[in-house]
Amino acid sequence: MAFFQDLGWRVLRLIEELGRMAFFSGGILRALVTRPIRLRRFIAEIYDLGVLSLVIICVCGATVGMVLGLQGYNTLVRFGAEESLGAVVGLSLIRELGPVLTALLATGRAGSATAAEIGTMVATEQLDGLRMMSINPVHLVITPKALAMTAVMPLLTALFIVCGLGGGYVVGVVLMGIDPGSYMSSLKAAVVFRDDVAGSLLKASVFGMLVGLISTYRGYTCAPTSAGVSAATTSTVVIASVSVLLFDYVITALWGV
Amino acid sequence: MGIFLDAGQSRGRFWSEVTQSAAPAGSAGRALVRVPVMTAGVTEAHVLFRNVQMAFGTRVVLRDFSCAFPRSKITCILGGSGAGKTTILRLIGGLVRPQSGTIDVAGTEISHLTESQLYPVRQKLGMMFQGGAMLNSLTIFDNLAFPLREHTRLTATEITKEVHATLAAVGLADVDTLLPGQLSGGMVKRAALARALLMKPEVLLCDEPFSGLDPISVKRIEALLRRINQQMGVTVLISSHHIPSTLRMADQVVLLHEQRAVIGAPNDLRNDPDPNIAEFFNEEVRDEDLHALAGSAA
Repeated sequence: MAFFQDLGWRVLRLIEELGRMAFFSGGILRALVTRPIRLRRFIAEIYDLGVLSLVIICVCGATVGMVLGLQGYNTLVRFGAEESLGAVVGLSLIRELGPVLTALLATGRAGSATAAEIGTMVATEQLDGLRMMSINPVHLVITPKALAMTAVMPLLTALFIVCGLGGGYVVGVVLMGIDPGSYMSSLKAAVVFRDDVAGSLLKASVFGMLVGLISTYRGYTCAPTSAGVSAATTSTVVIASVSVLLFDYVITALWGV
Repeated sequence: MGIFLDAGQSRGRFWSEVTQSAAPAGSAGRALVRVPVMTAGVTEAHVLFRNVQMAFGTRVVLRDFSCAFPRSKITCILGGSGAGKTTILRLIGGLVRPQSGTIDVAGTEISHLTESQLYPVRQKLGMMFQGGAMLNSLTIFDNLAFPLREHTRLTATEITKEVHATLAAVGLADVDTLLPGQLSGGMVKRAALARALLMKPEVLLCDEPFSGLDPISVKRIEALLRRINQQMGVTVLISSHHIPSTLRMADQVVLLHEQRAVIGAPNDLRNDPDPNIAEFFNEEVRDEDLHALAGSAA
């Protein structure tokens, strides 16, 4: 009996939390159409969340591409199909690894930083200070961050994929001696822009929205203590990572992207 | 619940007593709340609490709290940690909502207003938070200019002039380009006070303005608050632990003590027949403060 009570309580808590998150999302949507438009804040957030993530995205993208190239070559060479390495690396990166790994990396770097920053503002009463100046913190602080995360995720994903393709090319062509024309032509023949590239970027946008929403929500609703900020940061990484993987399956199952 | 004039009125106090008929479970006896009588033409309530109940989870902070904060006066809210001092200020700002009761701020009942409906009321308020609540990523100048940029149509030159004038008024100069983290505690508090004053509020809420400050900074902020009250007619509400400052500057004191609110002039409370209340004041009073008090009374 106690088990079912506990289960029921947890389900109710989950529904309540989802309801709060829906209200929070509504606040962000309302802020999007409220004047003044916070363009400067948005650009600053694009810099913080996007530009400052460039190095980690490039390094990880190139490394993943190189590993794919090596693993792909070792497998394909058994069947004498090493000329298809471009297609294997390209499709793996574009359809799956690019958006998912970029979202996980962005969660670890930018998502946790967003939750920590907003949480610190809560703990040091900065958001209350804004409210007392009749300034809506959701409009000024939250919306530019959530929107910037949604905007930068497809761009970071595209960069990750390009670096990955480069890494795969280096391993396949330079180290393993595959013909460069074969690598590129198999890549070009296998990848369909609308189904693969556009779908991948769409997926990345959904992940960006998820990470942006979860990180801002966790920061905004954290307990106003250092422990609360720490818990919000940790839970952002955990919840956003799990959500990205769950949504990845749902999107792939529903739309085949 | 009965309201009747306090016997102490014959001793010159303007109090009434509100005895709580619904005493809290587990509390010993009936809680006592003394509320200043608002006599027409004598004092006008700028902020008015009526039977406010406030709890965080199961912990009740304010129980049936009624109090009037007179216009253009300095009221100090005293009490131990967790007694509800800061909560009273946050209730006035609409940052937290009471479970029951009403709160009138400058003639507007705010307890049921939505966040957007609260904004016009908040434009009449200025709040100095305990930690300053300055935006860490902005310089002191930008922190102060921010509300002006948001709510006024002043030009950049006018904003600069206004900010510099306000900073000078609180005794801060040459801190424009510094970040809040680069200032001392006292300077942050003065910058926070300057920001609270920029929009020319009717009511200034100060949360622990003297905590963690050296005696010189305490005196400096105390003088600033007194000047703001006297020259601009701003109603000042201060939550504080600092008894000497309270005795020097308060027109009215609200003492939150053992789930009771006792309200009166500092001198009256210091001489209260209830030894617990008198003790609260006298414990920290030093000779110099008594002299200052005697001087101001004269």
